[in-house]
Amino acid sequence: MKIVKHSFDGIIVGAGGAGLRAAIEAAPTMKLAVITKLYPTRSHTGAAQGGMSAALANVEEDNWNWHAFDTVKGSDYLADQPAVDILCKEAIDAVVELEHWGLPFSRLESGKIAQRRFGGHTVKEGAAPAFRACYAADRTGHMILQTLYQKCVSMGVEFFDEFQVLDIKIEDGVCKGVVAYEIATGDLHVFEARAVTFATGGFGKIFKVSSNAHSLTGDGPGMLYQKGIPLEDMEFYQFHPTGIYRLGILLSEAARGEGGILRNKDGERFMERYAPSIKDLAPRDMVSRAIATEISAGNGAGPNNDYVYLDLTHLGEEAIMKKLPDITDFVRTYVKIEPINEPIPVQPTAHYAMGGIPTDVNGRVLSDHKGGIIEGVYAAGEAACVSVHGANRLGTNSLLDIVVFGKRAGQSMVDYVSSTKASPLNDSAADDLSNKITGLMEKEHTTEFSVAKIRSELQDSMEENAKIFRSKETLETQTEILANLRDRYQNVTISDKSKVFNSELLEAIELDYLLDMADTTVASALARKESRGAHSREDFPDRDDKTFMKHSFAFKDGNSVKLEYKDVELGKYEPMERKY
Amino acid sequence: MDIDLKILRYDPENDKKGRWEYYKVDAEPEERILDLLHKIKWFEDGSLSFRKSCAHGVCGSDAMVINGENMLACQVLVKEVSNPIKIEPIRGLPVVKDLIVDMEPFFDSYKKVMPFLINNDEPGDRERLQSPEDRDKFEDTTKCILCAACTTSCPVFWTAESYIGPAAIVNAHRFVMDSRDQGSKQRLEIMKDVNGAFRCRTAFNCTSACPRGIQVTKAIEDVKRETLLNN
Repeated sequence: MKIVKHSFDGIIVGAGGAGLRAAIEAAPTMKLAVITKLYPTRSHTGAAQGGMSAALANVEEDNWNWHAFDTVKGSDYLADQPAVDILCKEAIDAVVELEHWGLPFSRLESGKIAQRRFGGHTVKEGAAPAFRACYAADRTGHMILQTLYQKCVSMGVEFFDEFQVLDIKIEDGVCKGVVAYEIATGDLHVFEARAVTFATGGFGKIFKVSSNAHSLTGDGPGMLYQKGIPLEDMEFYQFHPTGIYRLGILLSEAARGEGGILRNKDGERFMERYAPSIKDLAPRDMVSRAIATEISAGNGAGPNNDYVYLDLTHLGEEAIMKKLPDITDFVRTYVKIEPINEPIPVQPTAHYAMGGIPTDVNGRVLSDHKGGIIEGVYAAGEAACVSVHGANRLGTNSLLDIVVFGKRAGQSMVDYVSSTKASPLNDSAADDLSNKITGLMEKEHTTEFSVAKIRSELQDSMEENAKIFRSKETLETQTEILANLRDRYQNVTISDKSKVFNSELLEAIELDYLLDMADTTVASALARKESRGAHSREDFPDRDDKTFMKHSFAFKDGNSVKLEYKDVELGKYEPMERKY
Repeated sequence: MDIDLKILRYDPENDKKGRWEYYKVDAEPEERILDLLHKIKWFEDGSLSFRKSCAHGVCGSDAMVINGENMLACQVLVKEVSNPIKIEPIRGLPVVKDLIVDMEPFFDSYKKVMPFLINNDEPGDRERLQSPEDRDKFEDTTKCILCAACTTSCPVFWTAESYIGPAAIVNAHRFVMDSRDQGSKQRLEIMKDVNGAFRCRTAFNCTSACPRGIQVTKAIEDVKRETLLNN
């Protein structure tokens, strides 16, 4: 296998919003490369729709403390409050900076950035829904991704497109570099680098119905987990209430921010019963649970009573076409109905991982639950868990997270690189990966152990047993299923033996990460005997602050998961019952 | 229902030129063409190669020629195309393997138009102001996802790959028409070049091909007009 060697100061893995924002910060002062398995503009940041919150107060009085209150309450008090303060305070400059770099925000008549309402965002600590989400129609993520990439192009940032990082080298707790597979040639590339940031995004492909791209397979968290680094709060996975029925394609919460209403088969606006004050603009965990409850009570629509309606028909054609053009297009393309005149069939869709690689507020990766760090390794964006989202993320806060903490990870790389010297990575750095790939390429293919078969069973079973409502019974069933899938994965085989664009080989390696993500999700969920945010246990329906005001840390222990806990960092907001 | 697919394949390690392969898959009318390609890849022939990511028309990975027209495979449903379905790689860029083409020349052209905001004024500590009317002038071209469906549908591009192509002009338009931008002079110089906007022969293929519904030919005409007005 051909091995090519490179020497850099810093490497960023992943070129979505968090990776690009880190690159912009780090590139001016070091030899830096961004490595992505896609082209940067294909990253899933581009699929984010509704907006990015910041208390700009362009429409009405607002203040970042209210944003912080909403974020903490939305997190069901699991977010670390000092980190939330940073997120909401730095949000304002982050939005302004993106505008200065050219982001084409939608505008108010005054010429200022337009802002809209979104789930869980309120003024005066719950008084009324807030106009806080800065947006560009319903393609805000696309504009953020484009703008950050454009900025990188203007700066001459070096990219390795369609290179997939598959191994990180850490020696004695210190980062040495990464090893990547060049997708177009099958060559391995050893990148010596003393600072590495993981910004690889989420892992929604552990579920069957998901808003996530095919590429979201938990590569960064999986790679680090396999090196003994824990994963934080993996039991908290967000299901977005409004995915297109069966397909899971996202229909932005902005649809409800602009006045859209959820209805059951009888046309009833059921959210009035679940969240009397802010109704359809309740946070996502509550709305998804409400939909699941309606469906199990027989109030779902359709021949199988398994979906509800998102009704935009009262908004009028002009508002829909001006403010929600993309989702209108998705409905027309994939459902073949006209959302201006007809309600849209929706169901909750796997959307966002609150958990991930544990970091401090400067993006430094934690080695354990006691505050240890790995020198030179950073993480940001959905791959990371700071934690600012706690048990449930508010809509728009992910786009904020990627720019605020992407920038901070980049700054940390700069500080670290300027205070350390390069240390060489020895020639055997590629051996582990080379052996893994050779093993897969040489093993004879049998359909019984095909990647697609194991993966579809993983997705079907996670959908069945570990989605919105969970119990000891379903989680124990899933634990057994995962053990069986893991056994079969040891024998996984591929039929494509080509060196050029062998995506079957890469899917086989990604499946290992997906299994890690599912293992840690299920183990953490089984141990958390309470219901908090997106984690709902039918057998433990209440929140238990006495026992579980804690972050979980899942460590790899052979083929099983070992759990440790770390106290939540509280602040000025006292935990209280979460009502809307 | 059974669907017949005819796919133009090329394996650089074994083939001298492209070859047609025939497949039959069971599919629902509502499934995407991308779903069919996955059925083949996952359950029949793991070597079939194509790019994909978001699977709902926003990442721009899977532009290909489907029954003779440039489309995103994730944006077209089985019931919208006639059976058998013929699939080929997009034209005018070198084929690397099966439905995958070398995108580097395409991104090189994109970078030539300086696709970033140029404004040397001190912006202050709040956002620059822009009226909704000024913002609307480039709304259409901000939608571009760089999938190359337009450029690789262009007959001028097929015959002269030095032509900068519709997608690059769309991205020039996005900044030329932005009231905040000060780089138009430089960009329009590039557009005046022999390989710039004036090579366009208004065939409108690009407009038909755009999966985002951008009025590409109109954007090219806007840029030509700006170039003349700036002389």
